[in-house]
Amino acid sequence: MAEFDFEGYTCPVPIRPTDTVTLGHGSGGTLSRDLLNRLFLPELGKAAPRALDDSAVILMDGQRYAITTDSHVVSPLFFPGGDIGRLAICGTVNDLAMIGATPIALTCGFVLEEGLPFELLQCVVVSMKEAAHEAGIYIAAGDTKVVQKGSADKLFINTSGIGKIADGINISGANAKDDDVILVSGTIGDHGIAVLSARENFGFETKLESDVAPLNHLVQAMIQAGEIHVLRDPTRGGLATSLVEIAEQSNVTIEIDEQTLPVKPAVKAACEMLGFDPLYVANEGKLVAFVKEYDADKVLDVMKKTKYGEDAAIIGKVIGIGKSQVRMRTSIGGTRLVDMLPGEMLPRIC
Amino acid sequence: MKYLDEYRNPAKVKSLLREIESIVTRNWVIMEICGGQTHAFLHHGLDAMLPPQIELVHGPGCPVCVTPLEQIDKAIAIASHPDVIFTSYGDMLRVPGSSKDLFAVRAAGGDVRVVYSPLETIHIAEVNPDKQVVFFAIGFETTAPANAMAVLQAKNKNIKNFSVLVSHVRVPPAMEAMLSSKLNRVQAFLAAGHVCAVMGFHEYPPIAEKYHVPIVVTGFEPIDLLNGLLAAIKQLEAGEAVAENQYQRAVKFEGNESAQRVIRSVFESVDRKWRGIGVVSQSGWGLNPAFAEFDAEKRCDVENIFTQESPLCIAGEILQGLKKPLQCVAFGKQCTQQTPLGAPMVSAEGACAAYYKYHRDVVYG
Repeated sequence: MAEFDFEGYTCPVPIRPTDTVTLGHGSGGTLSRDLLNRLFLPELGKAAPRALDDSAVILMDGQRYAITTDSHVVSPLFFPGGDIGRLAICGTVNDLAMIGATPIALTCGFVLEEGLPFELLQCVVVSMKEAAHEAGIYIAAGDTKVVQKGSADKLFINTSGIGKIADGINISGANAKDDDVILVSGTIGDHGIAVLSARENFGFETKLESDVAPLNHLVQAMIQAGEIHVLRDPTRGGLATSLVEIAEQSNVTIEIDEQTLPVKPAVKAACEMLGFDPLYVANEGKLVAFVKEYDADKVLDVMKKTKYGEDAAIIGKVIGIGKSQVRMRTSIGGTRLVDMLPGEMLPRIC
Repeated sequence: MKYLDEYRNPAKVKSLLREIESIVTRNWVIMEICGGQTHAFLHHGLDAMLPPQIELVHGPGCPVCVTPLEQIDKAIAIASHPDVIFTSYGDMLRVPGSSKDLFAVRAAGGDVRVVYSPLETIHIAEVNPDKQVVFFAIGFETTAPANAMAVLQAKNKNIKNFSVLVSHVRVPPAMEAMLSSKLNRVQAFLAAGHVCAVMGFHEYPPIAEKYHVPIVVTGFEPIDLLNGLLAAIKQLEAGEAVAENQYQRAVKFEGNESAQRVIRSVFESVDRKWRGIGVVSQSGWGLNPAFAEFDAEKRCDVENIFTQESPLCIAGEILQGLKKPLQCVAFGKQCTQQTPLGAPMVSAEGACAAYYKYHRDVVYG
């Protein structure tokens, strides 16, 4: 019998990206989802039916509370329009706001790298104080750990938050309804491109600033104005990833119109140059809302009157139920699918 | 945005589509060479707006897709070395080698960095004198001038810890290889505008004449693509076959001569293996002997790595335009953007990735 020759044989079974964690697992896209579904949720998520929303809901003495946590790592620590401190406060405030909760208190945990200048830390902490003041939330507890030089990149911050959900509010990624109108609160992609342009190895400069902002006041105004079914802040993975998640959670078909997407010219230009799509670029001060059709114009008007909703726009609607899909009418009149960010966002070659 | 919006004007798109419809009398198979063009067709939903007589086939013009597996394996071997900082254009990190990709190398502790310009690598070499810094110099004629410039600068600055893993390929020899094949179905080409911006299109008239095939230099916006198609279809319908330029705002007949000089000073024409196609004679560039000291393959001793493709992946037929991604049994099943079997699914410019991203619904219903 001839011996089987393994020389040059390659296994046709697809390569799982790795058996170790890669940066793509933190991108907020499909790989992040895989990690959640394969590892975290089976072990830890049994009691978390709303694990795919931005906050969890817990019931205590007949009152619903929202609870959430978020760790913040960003390089550089200071970028146009914000810094890691403001990001850490706004990130958690916004996660609470995205299920309609009124934020009450935050905790924050610092992981500091040995050698971090006090002056820098002071700047970050002052920025946190200002952001918390703006959001109308207080920081109730904190913790500090210091690690050896090289064991962390300067400064990581975790914030956790709790908020109260008023009666009658029922906002979740799973609540999108047929004919819902989809709104965004402003221009997309500002944060991602601002941070990118602040990195030293980037050969372009812009005057663009990150949009990092607390959205709880905007959300409260929207709730007063109409029936809100879904809210989400499209952070990592961008608007596209949020829409795909909502389509899946609610099992609906979404159609958005490319021409109505608010995108700043500087963001558009940077994306064209680098081969990015603004739909996938991170935001830190924007939300996407699914609103009952009848209330959409009223909600839009109210949004436009607020500080962080001036550029709000209607971008699409739910066009069917029973099939989760996101479609886009392109600016030239064609249609195509919109997918999640698969992994790390990579600039193209040419 | 200027220079973009006017090339995405919906009214103009409609009128060009009407014009194309009005002159088409029979079926034509047209290949867009460049992966950037493939993506533009699908990104704008333009492919589905064309008259049914026009069949687009997607060419081999995606540098990530055609870089042979063994070059990826060499890159992985080099990047895994603890004394190496390996730099690359972003897309290359996700291309699977025979056992892993560069992301996995990075996750295992390898120093793998994405650069936006090869000149950044020179800077990295200067500030890390105790490391060997290796740049993955891949791509078509578009990236060749900048990659060559990095090597030139390294030589001028006498930088000893910089080298390049070269896998450059050229468009015209690949076109000839396809046209000479008995299986060829392509009746006209949309030539890659970016490549022609560097090289001009003086290489194309002899090809158009020899194989009696229209070649239209075409840009990347919807209006550019439609103008390119219109010109190609006019030629096909009239039985003509010449090289013409529909991308005049970026392309001159002679191209960018100073860029060409930089290329010629560093590289020489070599036989090159294309992923899925095989070795094409004189179809690539390698370092010429004067720059041999910058050859990472020699420096890092990876010259003897040879590997083979996954048998399921039909990248070869995709890249030659013989099959569409949707005709592949692995498409959307074993082969997805998260678990790519072959390079066309990996690269932002790969045909399979474009179909997966924008047209997956056709498979899933």
